[in-house]
Amino acid sequence: MRRTLLSCALLLAAGNAAAATAWVSNEKDNSLSLIDMQTLQVTETLPVGQRPRGLLLSHDNKLLYICASDSDRVQVMDVATRKIIKELPSGKDPEQFALHPNNRWLYVSNEDDALVTVIDTETSKVIGQINVGVEPEGMAVSPDGKWAVNTSETTNMLHWIDTSTQTLADSTLVDQRPRFVEFNQDGSQLWASAEIGGTVTILDVATRKILKTLNFQIKGVHPDKVQPVGIKLSADGQYGFVALGPANHVAVIDAKTFEILDYLLVGRRVWQLAFTPDQRQLLATNGVSGDVSVIDVQSRKVLKSIKVGRYPWGVVVTP
Amino acid sequence: MRQLVSYALIYLLAIASAALLATQSQADEGALSVRIGYLGYRPDPGPLLSNVIPEPNDAGERGAQLAIQDSNSTGRFLKHDYQLRSASVDSPEALLQAAQAQHAEGLRLFVVNAPAASLRQLSAALPDSLLFNAGSADDSLRSTDCLGNVLHSLPSRAMLADALVQFMAVRKWQRALLIVGQTPDDEAYAAALRRASKRFGVKIVAEKPWSFDNDQRRSAQADMPLFTQTAEYDVVLVADERGDFGEYVPYQTWYPRPVAGTQGLTPTGWHKTVETYGAAQLQKRFEALAGRWMNDRDFAAWIAVRSIASAVSKLRQVDPVAIQQLELSEQLPLDGFKGRKLSYRPWNGQLRQPIPIVQPRALVSTSPQDGFLHPVNEMDSLGYDKPEVTCRYP
Repeated sequence: MRRTLLSCALLLAAGNAAAATAWVSNEKDNSLSLIDMQTLQVTETLPVGQRPRGLLLSHDNKLLYICASDSDRVQVMDVATRKIIKELPSGKDPEQFALHPNNRWLYVSNEDDALVTVIDTETSKVIGQINVGVEPEGMAVSPDGKWAVNTSETTNMLHWIDTSTQTLADSTLVDQRPRFVEFNQDGSQLWASAEIGGTVTILDVATRKILKTLNFQIKGVHPDKVQPVGIKLSADGQYGFVALGPANHVAVIDAKTFEILDYLLVGRRVWQLAFTPDQRQLLATNGVSGDVSVIDVQSRKVLKSIKVGRYPWGVVVTP
Repeated sequence: MRQLVSYALIYLLAIASAALLATQSQADEGALSVRIGYLGYRPDPGPLLSNVIPEPNDAGERGAQLAIQDSNSTGRFLKHDYQLRSASVDSPEALLQAAQAQHAEGLRLFVVNAPAASLRQLSAALPDSLLFNAGSADDSLRSTDCLGNVLHSLPSRAMLADALVQFMAVRKWQRALLIVGQTPDDEAYAAALRRASKRFGVKIVAEKPWSFDNDQRRSAQADMPLFTQTAEYDVVLVADERGDFGEYVPYQTWYPRPVAGTQGLTPTGWHKTVETYGAAQLQKRFEALAGRWMNDRDFAAWIAVRSIASAVSKLRQVDPVAIQQLELSEQLPLDGFKGRKLSYRPWNGQLRQPIPIVQPRALVSTSPQDGFLHPVNEMDSLGYDKPEVTCRYP
């Protein structure tokens, strides 16, 4: 009975996410794995630059940006033809990045240089470099385009960059090793994960003050292994999902009350997350076990694990 | 009348200067100057048989320098200014003098890279200061002879030996030959290996002191096969901290077996081959600063300064007692690029940390090994655990 239900759920979910494609970067294989979200199978593997990590899509879903960290560049792939059409001068060791709502300015964190580089994707020119803390990592741009926020892992801060001047406006101290930042849909809140601190800090964007710090406790998992990394917030403002690294779980949070609702068991060292375009499914990359977990958002069930390349890192989904 | 005018003038001046002072202190509100003393003294190890690759003589100090840079990256946003005062000297007396000179300048936070005897001396001479031990692996400082104002960022010999022997147990290397050098340090390392062997079920089938009173017509290499001809073993353990003869043991043993301990397969607080969990970035930063690989003393001094900075960022003050309390509260997770959050053991001030087990060009494993459980924290299966410590701390 349970099995039938599960397969029903699978069919239902698959039917609705028709023809969506997930793109997964494999850090140690220098490749992307493409997953057909209808069949939940890997359909293609594309070679890219060295040590691909962060992935993002242009706002029209036509271009895929790839941080090829050890090639010291950002590659631009045409989603339709799957060809690399351009390489951007990203500065050294790009790891994560974010695209401004104007679809042109790309904010890239350069881990080795304590810099954020701003690239105009149309002219391929660097239009700004901002000094931030040591080991810049997470990047996000607010939905209204006013703020670009960067995290620095050793400095333990969030750096607020004013996009109108491309200068540093403010810095907020958070817990140890902040790794990832994500704005909510209306841009009123910013969520930031701290890998060593083991916490997620939720800030009010208008005042840049801390609203809540989330701590995670999973039965049978030592607190040291709870190392939050990727965050995704559902568009309806209902849920927050946090990948907890070597705790091998994804936390489900009520985004209104900040209550932790559930922990979902996924693969080993879960890293980054992405929604399907219809927001019915959430994908999680599991670095050490080399697979991607498919989570059904409404039922909060892990439906399937799909084997990809070695050390999957980033993931995005095109419609 | 004239007197009245001058009084009024003085009065006005006083008001003006008070106002000036007030604005100045307002501008400095929240600003902190964090001055840390680095005290280095390494005794001459004496003549060594294996002296081809010298050890760096600025080990430790470079780690502290890098941590000051890293900490100022946070500090510049919080208006916390970190500075290092360094003294590297060549005698225990000079070390004490340097410490007292820095103390007289107002420093109360120190990173010490010196042998146990010097550390004891400094701890007693600076009772109102907090010292970080980045130089002595001595076990008595962590079990029977605690120093109340000292935190240990360098792993103890017991931690290193436990880390290695756990790995040996996993690999089922259950019989060992132990070779012990001539110095008291070598004997202390051997004692830690004996303790670890007993804890994790490894049998030391034979033990030999290295005295090099063999046939002088033969080199150490040529002597080694005969020297290691004993009851059969799975592994040869070497206790040679100075690096005198140990490098000549691998590949020369009577039975073709691996060599571990101070040479061969080595447990250590840090090594070039540690790269995961963001360690690669730390290694790159260190190499850019020092022009060489980061070693275990560099790491111990680096994490010591980072421990201070993490506490200062949270406390917004530099009081050594408050810093020590916070470090020991287990409420201050420290980022040491070792895959776990690090903290200090409240019962002896030792930094708990995973221990890499390396061969010269590769990471072989990291302890604690899977399956070595502990009721509270698996990292506490390495070194002296709470019930084993007899001294009072802090």
